[in-house]
Amino acid sequence: KLVGKANPAFLSTEKPTSYKDATTYNNYYEFGTDKADPATNASTLKPRPWTVAIEGEVKKPMVLDLDTLLKLAPLEERVYRLRCVEGWSMVIPWVGYSLSALIKKVEPNSNAKYIEFITLADKTRMSGLGSPVLEWPYVEGLRLDEANHPLALLSFGMYGEVLPNQNGAPVRVVVPWKYGFKSAKSIVKIRFTSEQPRTAWNIAAPSEYGFYSNVNPEVDHPRWSQSSERRIGEDGLFARKRKTLMYNGYSDVASLYKGMDLKKFF
Amino acid sequence: MLFKNLSPTQIRWLKLSLFLLATLPFLRLVIATFTDQLGANPVEFITRNTGDWTLYMLCIALAVTPLRKLTGWNWLVKLRRMLGLFAFFYVALHFLTFLWFDHAFDVAEMWKDVLKRPFITVGFSAFVLLIPLAVTSTNAMVRLMGGKRWQWLHRLIYLIVPLGVLHFWWMKAAKNNLLQPMLFALLVAALLGMRIYWWRRGAVRQTAIRTA
Repeated sequence: KLVGKANPAFLSTEKPTSYKDATTYNNYYEFGTDKADPATNASTLKPRPWTVAIEGEVKKPMVLDLDTLLKLAPLEERVYRLRCVEGWSMVIPWVGYSLSALIKKVEPNSNAKYIEFITLADKTRMSGLGSPVLEWPYVEGLRLDEANHPLALLSFGMYGEVLPNQNGAPVRVVVPWKYGFKSAKSIVKIRFTSEQPRTAWNIAAPSEYGFYSNVNPEVDHPRWSQSSERRIGEDGLFARKRKTLMYNGYSDVASLYKGMDLKKFF
Repeated sequence: MLFKNLSPTQIRWLKLSLFLLATLPFLRLVIATFTDQLGANPVEFITRNTGDWTLYMLCIALAVTPLRKLTGWNWLVKLRRMLGLFAFFYVALHFLTFLWFDHAFDVAEMWKDVLKRPFITVGFSAFVLLIPLAVTSTNAMVRLMGGKRWQWLHRLIYLIVPLGVLHFWWMKAAKNNLLQPMLFALLVAALLGMRIYWWRRGAVRQTAIRTA
């Protein structure tokens, strides 16, 4: 059990995806590339004990264990839409707090422009690491102002429970206005940098997965359209797909990208 | 050699069994659909499943000639038409899933997808090229066209199958996960390679006979 207090600012009227779908249909390549693989293989993850090292351009680098992290700020429940770059979506009630609370604690210095999430890559606990699909460890990143946006969530649970292993236990980020792969799972290190971090999917296929990867129905993936999506568990065989919304419907992040050519910075 | 000659009754039973066997994946899909066993993303499941079975059937059909030559079981050729038609059946379901469940019969939208996404362009071309082969699969059509011309038309399969594998390859390239398409590519390369080998050996022998 991991209960957060519902935050009225981040509640959705949409029906949450069933727990079963949200925990059996996952992309977590460290446990296999098939979406059923993580649920089958992730039991070996061992989410405790766990520490997260915070380093780089900060005044107070530190190593925090999970219990300290959990107590850093009051846990909230927030219901977010999750839009996968592959064209499907879910609605998930997460438990966590704004990433900005952690950022504030470690006090980034004036060189810090970006934040890099380094995730677990342990061959003894992750059966998919033998595959050459991506460079391990899986690394993701955000611009510091994006990471400080109140929507960006540091999450420890979902559906009132601690995160299941396949969903990124014990600690992950959730960045709901970006495609799902930006939301790094099972984080072991957070580094503040002055340069834009190299991120896993961007390294693997730079023409297909940009650093920003904001949900954008007008910028197609080179191999498929991003204008619509299928809501898992709701949009059945005969239903039309629903329209994808700019920034996944979280339009107040638009100010972060003022003046940027979103086709270029996709 | 064992099984070298089968009686017409045995062939009939063999065909019936093959028919039932090749229908099983479809039955499984239908049952899974009505018992809600298709997982979180039913459209994706059906698309992948029918695509997989198209490639399996195409490969099995392409294996008939090499198997026949290696085993001397000439009756195998009598099963080939059914295998080819099952490949067409599964690719038609695959295409229907795309047109219906993915695009809700919005043909204009579908065309945009076909033209813009190379992996779909390739898959769609392979499907379209398979249509004349399915249409001319009857005995009457063979007679009408004449054996030589019919055979030339049906050699299109040597183009269609590699296109199908390429479609799968480019689709999987999105996930950077090429193991399955590589296996298909190797298998198809072997099946076509054997033909080239036999054809060249045949050509050499022909020249040898002529110059002797």
